[in-house]
Amino acid sequence: MHEFFAQLVNGIALGGIYALIALGYTMVYGIIELINFAHGDVYTLGSFFSLTILGALGVSGEVRGPLLIVDVGVTIIGAAMLCGIVGILIERLAYRRLRFAGRLAPLITAIGVSFILENVMQVWRGPSPVAFPAVFPTHIYNVGGVGISLLQLAVVTLAIGTMLLLEFFVHHTRFGQAMRATAQDREAATLMGIDINRTIALTFFVGSALAGLAGFVSGAYYQSTWFFNGFGAGLKAFTAAVLGGIGNLAGAMLGGFLIGIIESFATWKLGGQWSNVTVFTILVLTLVFRPAGLLGEVTPEKV
Amino acid sequence: MSTSAAGSMLDVRDLVVRYGGVTALHGCSLHVDTGEIVALLGGNGAGKTTMLRSISGLVRPASGSVAFLGRSLSGTAPFNIARSGLVHAPEGRRIFTRMTIRENLDLGAYAVRSRQEADRRRQEVLSIFPRLQERLDQSAGTLSGGEQQMLAIGRALMAGPQLLLLDEPSLGLAPLFVQTIFKVIREINERGTAVLLVEQNARAALHIAARAYLLENGCIVREASAEAMLDDPSVVAAYLGA
Repeated sequence: MHEFFAQLVNGIALGGIYALIALGYTMVYGIIELINFAHGDVYTLGSFFSLTILGALGVSGEVRGPLLIVDVGVTIIGAAMLCGIVGILIERLAYRRLRFAGRLAPLITAIGVSFILENVMQVWRGPSPVAFPAVFPTHIYNVGGVGISLLQLAVVTLAIGTMLLLEFFVHHTRFGQAMRATAQDREAATLMGIDINRTIALTFFVGSALAGLAGFVSGAYYQSTWFFNGFGAGLKAFTAAVLGGIGNLAGAMLGGFLIGIIESFATWKLGGQWSNVTVFTILVLTLVFRPAGLLGEVTPEKV
Repeated sequence: MSTSAAGSMLDVRDLVVRYGGVTALHGCSLHVDTGEIVALLGGNGAGKTTMLRSISGLVRPASGSVAFLGRSLSGTAPFNIARSGLVHAPEGRRIFTRMTIRENLDLGAYAVRSRQEADRRRQEVLSIFPRLQERLDQSAGTLSGGEQQMLAIGRALMAGPQLLLLDEPSLGLAPLFVQTIFKVIREINERGTAVLLVEQNARAALHIAARAYLLENGCIVREASAEAMLDDPSVVAAYLGA
């Protein structure tokens, strides 16, 4: 029973990371119907940016007290902003020209952008895993007999806090409304005086910033990162987005946590070598039996 | 025979629009003056919608010019045209069905920075369409066709248009709604907004319009006062069902 809760907590923390990445997939899909396969690599970039910022701050290990909040805050904001800018550049340079080119060309371009990012990161940080400082004190809280580390608590708090912020942004700000309107009917949104290019760029910024945040969180969680990290994590987050219903924000969050928990339990019960098989089996089953996802509504094909 | 376009609010000259190899408009000119309701009539596929779409910038003309308030719109992005007071309520209503009625209206005033001004306009729109008032926070997808049309027009009004382009506002509506819609268009016009109206219900359109154009196969074949059109036997035979 103990192990069960320990795995559940681990799964929720892992799921928080997947959920943050899945949000970017789903936001971009929602607005331009593109599966942005470079998104996982933006997440990896987030962990490298975090490393650079932590280095600049002189952080190489555990930080205690108020300084922890300052260091983590600066790193998160810095990594998120930088990733957001990278996201805007990717859209501007690679995808914008292809907006009316059908679906295949942008998809292949996204895979190309992914390769470029992976190779740039490999040149920048080398082909081997890089150590990530264990920023959070290894404090374990005992909650009803289950040990929850400060790190796990921070991961989950950050993930959920960010999601609440995003929910507010999307539903209660002008830009959020513009984003939803653009996602639903781009031409009608134009006629409302909404600058579509700016709205799409902003969507990429927000999605990529969330990936940057996830990059920091996963670096801190695993105390390691490497240039190819985003490939696997990206695919799992994509699975999470599809499971929740692609294009649906709440779905991406739900899907992320579910995938994290399922992966955690699969690793525990079946062994680590089965975790990927389990997750991608879920992707296949979702696509076959419920292609609209758990929260997605079945909508007729757009004309 | 064409009346002078100089100093008009909207001045469209020699507009040519091609879709691939097909020419949809063959050099059309029309104008709308301040405070006018102008009807644009014609059969299916005559090019009425294309005309409106090229005025609002959704379609790029091959040649010709569109000027609004004396300024050329060529090269102006459609969202900037909408912000300049030339607002297009497109065919098929195109409301945001997954958003609430309030959100749809607010999006109409997207370019309006001041909250108070947006609130003031919403009150004004709701005074024109009281039916929307009770359902402000419901999803727009739950509205009936007629109510959706009201929302589409209300949303366009939120932008504070000087000129409103209306594409088939009465299409597919129950007769009672059709009456309401035409009454509202007249009311909007009386509050100072010029209207360029595309309608298949030509008789109703001519009853509220000052002037009208007849569009056939991408060419403007006739321009006259609405009264003259209503009295013209050939117009009556072709568009008013005798």
